[in-house]
Amino acid sequence: MNSEVCIDPMIPLPARIQRVVWETDDTFTLLVEPKSENGKRFQFSPGQFNMLYAFGIGESAISISSDPLKQNAIAHTIHRLGFVTSELSRLRRGNFIGLRGPFGNGWPVDRVKGMDICIVAGGIGIAPLRPVLYSIFHNRKEYGRIFLLYGARTPLDLLYRVELEQWSKLSDINVLVTVDHSDSSWKGHIGVVTNLFSYITLNTLHTIAMVCGPEIMMKFTIRELQQRGIPLEQIYLSLERNMKCGIGLCGHCQFGPKFVCKDGPVFAYTQVSHFFEKREI
Amino acid sequence: MRTRDLTEILRHHPFISDLSDHYLQTLLSCVTNVRFKEGSYLFREGEEAGSFYLIRTGRVALEIHAGERGTIRVQTISPGEVLGWSWLISPYRWQFDACAVGDVRAFAFDGKCLRTKCETDHDFGYEMLRRFSHILEQHLKATRLQLLDVYKRQ
Amino acid sequence: MTSRQPTLKLKSQQLNTLINVIKQRGYTPVGPVVREGSLIYDRLNSADELPRGWTDEQDAATFRLKRRSDNAYFGYNVGQHSWKQFLFLPKVKLFTSIKKGKTFEVIPNSPHEIVQNYAFIGVRPCDLQAIKVQDLVFNNGQFTDPLYKTIRKKNFIAVVNCTQAGGTCFCVSMSSGPRAYRGFDLAMTEVLSGDDHFFTVEVGSKSGAEVMSEIPHDIADQTQIETADKLVERAARQMGRSMDVKDIKEILYANLENKSWDDVANRCLTCANCVMVCPTCFCSTVEDITDVTGEHAERWRRWDSCFTMDFAKVFGGNFRPSSKGRYRQWMTHKLATWIDQFGTSGCVGCGRCITWCPVRIDITEEMRTIRSGAR
Repeated sequence: MNSEVCIDPMIPLPARIQRVVWETDDTFTLLVEPKSENGKRFQFSPGQFNMLYAFGIGESAISISSDPLKQNAIAHTIHRLGFVTSELSRLRRGNFIGLRGPFGNGWPVDRVKGMDICIVAGGIGIAPLRPVLYSIFHNRKEYGRIFLLYGARTPLDLLYRVELEQWSKLSDINVLVTVDHSDSSWKGHIGVVTNLFSYITLNTLHTIAMVCGPEIMMKFTIRELQQRGIPLEQIYLSLERNMKCGIGLCGHCQFGPKFVCKDGPVFAYTQVSHFFEKREI
Repeated sequence: MRTRDLTEILRHHPFISDLSDHYLQTLLSCVTNVRFKEGSYLFREGEEAGSFYLIRTGRVALEIHAGERGTIRVQTISPGEVLGWSWLISPYRWQFDACAVGDVRAFAFDGKCLRTKCETDHDFGYEMLRRFSHILEQHLKATRLQLLDVYKRQ
Repeated sequence: MTSRQPTLKLKSQQLNTLINVIKQRGYTPVGPVVREGSLIYDRLNSADELPRGWTDEQDAATFRLKRRSDNAYFGYNVGQHSWKQFLFLPKVKLFTSIKKGKTFEVIPNSPHEIVQNYAFIGVRPCDLQAIKVQDLVFNNGQFTDPLYKTIRKKNFIAVVNCTQAGGTCFCVSMSSGPRAYRGFDLAMTEVLSGDDHFFTVEVGSKSGAEVMSEIPHDIADQTQIETADKLVERAARQMGRSMDVKDIKEILYANLENKSWDDVANRCLTCANCVMVCPTCFCSTVEDITDVTGEHAERWRRWDSCFTMDFAKVFGGNFRPSSKGRYRQWMTHKLATWIDQFGTSGCVGCGRCITWCPVRIDITEEMRTIRSGAR
């Protein structure tokens, strides 16, 4: 076989499922062990994604949601929605999936040292942001204040509940969680994620915001950040688009002049603001 | 509680912190210090909206009774926030039930008293309306986002 | 290299020798042929198969082959096909996957089994520019399509400069023709004057020089070169369409909400003909299939189009549900965002999208409308 073919980024490599964690009734986390190619370990940056292949069914682009330092158990938190994710949801420990990646750029975790970090996550948007938190915790002293504002639909839809609980007990991170609605059993905040800004004070020139969630939620969040005086160039967001290749060749993920898969999925807001405000980009 | 203590505490509430002393005194003439036990209701839907509250501790949940879906909580008001604007707008009736989540301490401002002050001193009235418009705008935006149900399952 | 090499002269009778030499050197010659009343690109066995004595009449939603009064070999412009079907294959298997217990094996489809050494005969300068554009697309600085790269590496290109322009041509506006200056192995210009029928030939590469060394030829004299140049200049003056490209990116970026998009969306059938005939459109999708046992799976890549309903669909929503959004994506990509992505326009002015649009949508007209109502 020609060597050129073996490194073809379109070819998935089998990866063993180490563990399946059901986060909610329709969202689960697959922890997989990537095969190391020629002794090269699988390394990724927070915000990158993999293309996961369900044998014979197809592929889905899934953000990596684990600690970048844990290279032998790569987590993917997946919302069961389509054919591929439904098939992935049926797999168990010891089964194999195909994996291509990691693709895309990441959050500017290293470039924003010394700053306060305000992480705003909506729904499953917390998945690509979790590696940011792990990275910050590994180098906690190199960052200023850390805020995590997280919104979900109902308390049952909250992901990573055990970790949220642990993090909220830490003194060096301010964790605020809200749900859109609930019954009386939930004692936390109720209301949209943007409401949570009322409970924190941001040092405007010293804060980097990282936002991920449904596009409308990000739009509202950016407006809120802007209203609170955060300069637009300090806001980063992660976009979702249809992806077939993950390497900028298939054309599906175009967002104006950007290929979300290779130029993103993380963008500085100012890179995409012109198109972000338009419909059907 | 003595008036001077009250003035000090109110001074630090975000809703009031930048209000002139004169207007602060006007507000103080309509205030009472209130407490609610966990699970008790500050007010019920349809009742006369006689006041608004500045929450000091605890949290208040706004509830809607949605028939078979039961009681749904749609918003919580936390310390530092303002609860209620129905005192300002005719017919002065509460739109929701407000339930204390944990023990709640709050300042209650008498609506009728304030409306009278607003009528007699339009500058004061403008100041109140300006502050409440901001709160209304925040709530309106939040409600729109909530209506979009962005995390809805497909 | 081109500038130092003298321009050669090849008698028209030697065209077949050229094809034979190319074949002997291990290439599969491909060129224009007439099939079922249309002009397409297909394998060539001899120069006799070229559409000698034919010309084309092209306009919006119109393509007709007509007889010429002479015996020109290349007296027409471009057919509905482009060379991209040989370089960026319409349908290709990416891998085979075989279940092995709980795991599976992935066997990549080796390009070397698929790849032919194609020699393209009669590439128009606009189409040569399109190939250069796709070279940039499939090697985007971060990733390369190994299949495309392998095919292109073994590719021989003989350009034929245009001596007449078609009704939907606008290569002059896009600076992609009617003459090719670089990026070819050979570039020929066909001259018919009286009984004299020959090609002037510019050599653009070592392979081109090697091929020419095996064919009887002369050095072109100044008169012959000037005659050929005049014919190409005439073609430049005959363009059936034109497009003002000044500030085109800025104008389109500023007019994403221009009301003329609604108008074109009302006419557009989102049939994707324009995408299929466009020599630079590169979107693809993948399809996974399994056999009845479920043990044997394959993945295929095939051409896709931004006009299809589910192109921008994710589970949970469609980012481009309306035909307005999809037409705007196609045209804005072609003429504007492409420039940011690849440093060049995605349009080469070949006019195929105008000729083959069933409802006469004309990209040059649409651009004019946007420009005239620009904000």
